[in-house]
Amino acid sequence: MALAIRIIPCLDVKDGRVVKGTHFVSLRDAGDPVELAAAYSDAGADEIVFLDITASAERRATVLDVVRRTAERVFVPLTVGGGLRTVDDVRSALRAGADKVSVNSAAVRRPELVREAADAFGSQCVVVAVDARRVEQRVAPRAGARVGARWEVVIDGGRTPTGLDVLDWIERVQTLGAGEILLTSMNTDGTQAGYDNELNAAVAGVLGIPLIASGGAGSLADLYDAVTVGHADALLVASMFHYGTHTVREAKEYLAARGLPVRL
Amino acid sequence: MNTYVGPGESARAPEGEATPAAAPVTIVDYGAGNLASVANAFRYVGAPVVVTSDPERVARAERLVLPGVGSFGRAMDRLKGMGLDEAVRDHVRSGRPFLGVCLGLQLLLSESEETGSPVAGRPDSAVAGRIPGLGLVPGVVRRLDVAPLKVPHVGWNQFWYPAPSPASIGGAPSPGPLFEGVPEGSHVYFVHSYHADPDDPAVVSAYCDYGIRFACAISRGNIHAVQFHPEKSGPVGLAILRNFSSLG
Repeated sequence: MALAIRIIPCLDVKDGRVVKGTHFVSLRDAGDPVELAAAYSDAGADEIVFLDITASAERRATVLDVVRRTAERVFVPLTVGGGLRTVDDVRSALRAGADKVSVNSAAVRRPELVREAADAFGSQCVVVAVDARRVEQRVAPRAGARVGARWEVVIDGGRTPTGLDVLDWIERVQTLGAGEILLTSMNTDGTQAGYDNELNAAVAGVLGIPLIASGGAGSLADLYDAVTVGHADALLVASMFHYGTHTVREAKEYLAARGLPVRL
Repeated sequence: MNTYVGPGESARAPEGEATPAAAPVTIVDYGAGNLASVANAFRYVGAPVVVTSDPERVARAERLVLPGVGSFGRAMDRLKGMGLDEAVRDHVRSGRPFLGVCLGLQLLLSESEETGSPVAGRPDSAVAGRIPGLGLVPGVVRRLDVAPLKVPHVGWNQFWYPAPSPASIGGAPSPGPLFEGVPEGSHVYFVHSYHADPDDPAVVSAYCDYGIRFACAISRGNIHAVQFHPEKSGPVGLAILRNFSSLG
């Protein structure tokens, strides 16, 4: 029997409020992350991701409160990411009720964070989020370098290039103890024009842990392709659900009708 | 030793859940994992929750839940260090309902192959081969050897009830009290690298397929346990917890 392909809505949370548009017009408060997470969970979402994009120094208490209240109402796995920099940040998020945490820029700046968090809490709690941007090949690759399409790891929401090759970085964090990889293509994110499945497949090829693909889902066929072409184990979806292009139910039924294992 | 009873703990059914008042569920706190989710889930289905590390309260609990994530060896060390191993055995012997969750299922067995890195104070544990469990269900906990499938087994997978025995009357097997009203083939959420292999197949109440067919739930008398996380398995998981909270 195969594990079900997971459909995971991602909610951007700022100062304790959801910032993207939402399809759930019937909600009393469509900006409340707890209500939205509960609505998605009731609609069949396999997991929920909260991405905290609060800029202020007060973010920690606000997002922990959101996590705490969500954990009282939502009973599917909850992942929290955004600005987590230390093992203490990870501990606080898990204690508040998150099942997993996602680390991104902080891991690039201090890779040992991945190992420390995995050692302290278990690899299953540690998702390493990686933002990747295609590299235009202007110079012939040096001997021994990977051939074909290449991607560079970027951090700080895409603002800061790192010079790291995405496959090198992912192999490294896997060794450090990451439990899953959340991979976002900066080229397709927000476009609703499809995932970068060449990126997904390249990463899947080096992974012994699950791959959550993110960035670009706009049609139901995009979801299918991310699994069959991109070899993703799970799909992070934001715009497509938030703007009501499709529902969680539609997404799952589409995949199930085409023979993919799905939890209905 | 501490006992925590949440503010306003009573037999209230939360908004939207029309369940009648249920008897309290006691959750063992031995520092092995996030039991808040388990506590939240029981509260959500209307069962008052007591969280305690007091062996007396554990032994005398009306309904006892043993949660757990992490390594088998560390969990057994903590239980023994806090006197909770005997307390759990006493509770089980009382005949009152008991539920083990995830590691809480594995700990019931005779021993585990999970040695991993040496446990503090027992430098030979990495080569010993087996670590003793609570010994309440004869059997061995084994590593999931399912290459090329990925380990740990993480995600949503389906469970199936055992085929009816030739001697069963009426054909269709009863799914067992934990699974009343829950159709087989439902998906539940797993996160584990080891699986329980009980000596007696008759105690297995549900199987899961992941490279191999393994026991994902056991039931014997008052002892119930599940390998998956019912507190993370959406409505199916909540139904299982609701069923447990009304066992008597």
